[in-house]
Amino acid sequence: MNDTTLQNFQTQQDSSTASEEAVRHYSDAPTPDKGQPVTRNESVEENLSVRVRDLSLWYGEHQALNDISIDIFANTVTALIGPSGCGKSTFLRCLNRMNDLISSVRIKGLVEMDGHDVNARGMDEVALRRRVGMVFQKPNPFPKSIYENVAYAPRMHDMVSRKTDQDELVERALRDAGLWNEVKDKLHEPGTSLSGGQQQRLCIARAIAVQPDIILMDEPTSALDPISTATIEDLMDKLKKDFTIVTVTHNMQQAARVADYTAFFHLGDMIEYNATKQMFANPHTKKAEDYITGRYG
Amino acid sequence: MSMSIVFLLFCIALLVLGGVAFALSRAKATRVRASGMTMHAQPDQYAWFAVLATAGPALLVSALGAFALLLMGAEIPVLYLLTASLIIAVIGLAMGLSQVRPAFHARRAIEGVIRKLLAAAALISILTTLGILLSIINEALRFFQMQSFWDFVTGTTWNPGASFLSSAGRAEGGSAAQFGSIPLFAGTFMITLIAMLVAIPFGLGAAIYMVEFAPLYVRKTAKPVIEVLAGIPTVVYGVFAALTVAPLVVDIAGLFGLDASYSNALAPGLVMGIMIIPFISSLSDDVINSVPNSLREGALALGITKSEMVRNVVVPAAAPGIISASLLAVSRAMGETMIVVMAAGMRPNLTANPLEDMTTVTVSIVAALTGDQEFESAQTLSAFALGLVLFIVTLTLNVVSVFMIRRFREKYRVNNL
Amino acid sequence: MSQSFEEISAQLKKRHRRSARMKWMTLGALILSAAFLVVFISDMVVRGWPAFQQAQIQVEVSYDEQSQKLPLAAVDEDVRPLISRGFFRPLPRKMEDNPALMDTTQTQWVIADSRVDQYLKGNEDRLRPADKETLENLVEEGRADLKFNTTFFTTGDSKMPEMAGIASAAIGTVMTMLVTMAVCFPIGVMTAVYLEEFAPDNKLTQIIEININNLAAVPSILFGLLGLAVYISFFGVPRSSPLVGGLTLALMTLPVIIISTRAALRSVPDSIRHAAFGVGCSRWQVVRDHVLPVSLPGILTGSIIGLAQAMGETAPLIIVGMVAFIPDASLSITGASTVMPAQIFTWASEPNSAFAEKTAGGILVLLAVLIFLNALAVWLRNKFERRW
Ligand SMILES: Nc1ncnc2c1ncn2[C@@H]1O[C@H](COP(=O)(O)OP(=O)(O)OP(=O)(O)O)[C@@H](O)[C@H]1O
Ligand SMILES: [Mg+2]
Repeated sequence: MNDTTLQNFQTQQDSSTASEEAVRHYSDAPTPDKGQPVTRNESVEENLSVRVRDLSLWYGEHQALNDISIDIFANTVTALIGPSGCGKSTFLRCLNRMNDLISSVRIKGLVEMDGHDVNARGMDEVALRRRVGMVFQKPNPFPKSIYENVAYAPRMHDMVSRKTDQDELVERALRDAGLWNEVKDKLHEPGTSLSGGQQQRLCIARAIAVQPDIILMDEPTSALDPISTATIEDLMDKLKKDFTIVTVTHNMQQAARVADYTAFFHLGDMIEYNATKQMFANPHTKKAEDYITGRYG
Repeated sequence: MSMSIVFLLFCIALLVLGGVAFALSRAKATRVRASGMTMHAQPDQYAWFAVLATAGPALLVSALGAFALLLMGAEIPVLYLLTASLIIAVIGLAMGLSQVRPAFHARRAIEGVIRKLLAAAALISILTTLGILLSIINEALRFFQMQSFWDFVTGTTWNPGASFLSSAGRAEGGSAAQFGSIPLFAGTFMITLIAMLVAIPFGLGAAIYMVEFAPLYVRKTAKPVIEVLAGIPTVVYGVFAALTVAPLVVDIAGLFGLDASYSNALAPGLVMGIMIIPFISSLSDDVINSVPNSLREGALALGITKSEMVRNVVVPAAAPGIISASLLAVSRAMGETMIVVMAAGMRPNLTANPLEDMTTVTVSIVAALTGDQEFESAQTLSAFALGLVLFIVTLTLNVVSVFMIRRFREKYRVNNL
Repeated sequence: MSQSFEEISAQLKKRHRRSARMKWMTLGALILSAAFLVVFISDMVVRGWPAFQQAQIQVEVSYDEQSQKLPLAAVDEDVRPLISRGFFRPLPRKMEDNPALMDTTQTQWVIADSRVDQYLKGNEDRLRPADKETLENLVEEGRADLKFNTTFFTTGDSKMPEMAGIASAAIGTVMTMLVTMAVCFPIGVMTAVYLEEFAPDNKLTQIIEININNLAAVPSILFGLLGLAVYISFFGVPRSSPLVGGLTLALMTLPVIIISTRAALRSVPDSIRHAAFGVGCSRWQVVRDHVLPVSLPGILTGSIIGLAQAMGETAPLIIVGMVAFIPDASLSITGASTVMPAQIFTWASEPNSAFAEKTAGGILVLLAVLIFLNALAVWLRNKFERRW
């Protein structure tokens, strides 16, 4: 099936408006044989992290994603923007197969990571999720202590054997999430006792503690106040040193501030995908321009 | 016979008066209105008010009179009472009619009465509880006047029938009746424990499967079936325990060379456990179902397997609710009567061996009240002392359980529990 | 650098196995629970099915002077011990009522003794050898057989198993339930309407609410104690009567009805109330004309479930004396009477094993009624359930 999708993709090469090298919107998305994508942010050494080709998704009869193709680069922040209901969360959840939890979902197309099709029969979704962590819109700390929230998953994954290792790992994750100073004296209080922004950073700490390759963030700041939002934006910037980050946001400024690349979704289609600077300065599609400039959405 | 005719006549008279009140005041109100005056209410409402004014006080008086007759033993001839009520009805009718004037808020008056009636109905539940409490406490106090409270609480011999036996000339050495309740509570505890050992793992396991693993269609069929099973009368389980399970337990114990009584504690315990499975499973099902999905997603997104998620995240999150359900189940098992009456023993027996026969608090209550004893005897009254303890224990369990479920609800802001 | 998929998958093997184990264990719990219940119900069916059959024997009954004086003489001496005494006893009466029968001989299927019944059902053999031989011959001639047991549905309790039936208990149940519902339905609905629509949010209201919840968890036997102490010894309501039984069960059912009615009222969206207030209705008018009609199916469903619960209740009725030996049903609410579950209890405590099948037969009848009621409630709920 995957082979055929790939072939489909190749036969679908479209050259209509694709002259601009800077544009990576759907119709002339990079092909496997083209090798390196056309636009490179020359200053950063980028590797391909996830390759998505012709990804379609249906909730029952309703098609929520329409032949999405996109490359996500390692150690960058990629922002997904677009009007509500356009399929951003759905797309994000395809990357760690969170959609498996919904029984009506049907998926077609390729999501490739590290040379593996993540939707393949042999792929273990638990293994996938270890490498692709996720932070949700609403902070959802476990009803356990702050310490346990962070230590739980690494312990289950046998990443730590001794108590001291575990303490160290918790501290590092909390430091990386910028939460250590605030909670170091109350590690054994329940995670739910923290403020919303702190809870969200706890969830980030929880995600990075298992040392994934990719962290997906679905509107991580939409439930937070401006100060917590700023903290988390800084955090994303720092985290991209170690992780690949894909984030959904409704906030144009936020995308402009934190993202290296931005993809614009509309009604299940990916309309435009480009380096953020170019996207905001000089969008290539009318829809993206309208959306960015706030004319609709 | 004549009495019921009198009552019939009284009712007919009252109905007629009510009808008259309705017709007259309605006509009057219509007339007033037709004369061009604006009134505060509809003619019908004036009419209903008149009916209320006619029948209400009259019924109240006759009810009070009946109460006095029955309870205080007051000597009021019934005929007088009914006549008095009728006279009051006529007065009420006149008053009601005179109130048909534009300035009178008939609707408001009616609604005031309705509201009071509803509130009175709501008070009945309080009266019931008070009734249970007072009647049980009252009789229990009389029991404790006859028997020492201390012996009741600490005694290890329950032998209420001794007084009866001695009067039948069968008592050896003139032994007195003894009311030490410890063996009864030990029996109750043992059977409850067995029931919980069956019900909690199975009920909880079934609930976990249904919420976390089952395909939708399994869930859709299993849930209503479980609801129906929860409605099977306990006497049916009692028959099952006595006729099927108890002999089975004896046979199986025999295979291991153990000697089991036919009224062993194991059989009622097991069957009670089976009875409680649907109870625990449907309560836990609700609780587990209302653990927010975001917690599940949060765990799965960390690369946790599903069962690890269930065990380490979902179940702990639902724990207050599950504990609360289990406490309710314990309270139910302790108060369960029919299964133990039919399948457990009658012999108070302080033992830790569930293959022996043991008796329970509820069995002793039934035993004490079904003999041909007079109401005032210590044996009969002992049932109320036991009932009082049972009431206190189950009430406590229930209150704690409500408290825990409230904590759970507040934590996750679930409103359907 | 993190691990590859292959490495992680290899580590995960053990955890997946453990995970699968948990799934199977919980499935096992569900299946075993279901199995318990299947065993339980099939046990009842297997035990109770024979109760719907009864051995009958075809004999020649001679109605004459002699049998009028000595009913046993009405049939041949050989078969006499095989026939239920319950057949002979009413014979003289029958002849009196119907003089045309006098001096006739009729070939009739008559009800057999319970030992014959049990023997034909293959349960136990307590017949004398001579009688057994007679019976075998009758069976061979096709004059003794198991037939549908109408007696079971038309008579009351009896000391003779073959004559015992569920009818008077069923009538007692109906009478008791009438009392119960007559009391607790209006009070329950009124309480719920008050709490949901009228009550101010004060301490008293809260106490009433907590109290109702607690009342729902009080063991049923304590309601029996209440009935005994308050109704019987204080108010002097006759013992064993549907009145005292019904009143006792009414208090027990009250919380069920209140809770379900409140849920039904609560499911009516406030928008309906606001709309009605908007056109100038008073609170009572809103409740009467708008809220109650739409919540009626919910209220009925809850009441039926409460009714079914009360119908299966035994413990409090034992305490107020409703486990009586009632051969003939009385239609008075103050007369001595029994109810179906109590009848089952009585039969279950009979030492004669022929009653064991009556017990299970009674259970089947009771379960059929309860399942019907519950199904009715579910049907009502599904039919009228609205999603606002
Ligand atoms: N579980 C589901 N079942 C059925 N349809 C769904 C489900 N989740 C999402 N959808 C549909 O899929 C489409 C895309 O939804 P999605 O949640 O991905 O949008 P989104 O871009 O994340 O929107 P928002 O910005 O509001 O979060 C919507 O039309 C939505 O109705
Ligand atoms: Mg979304």
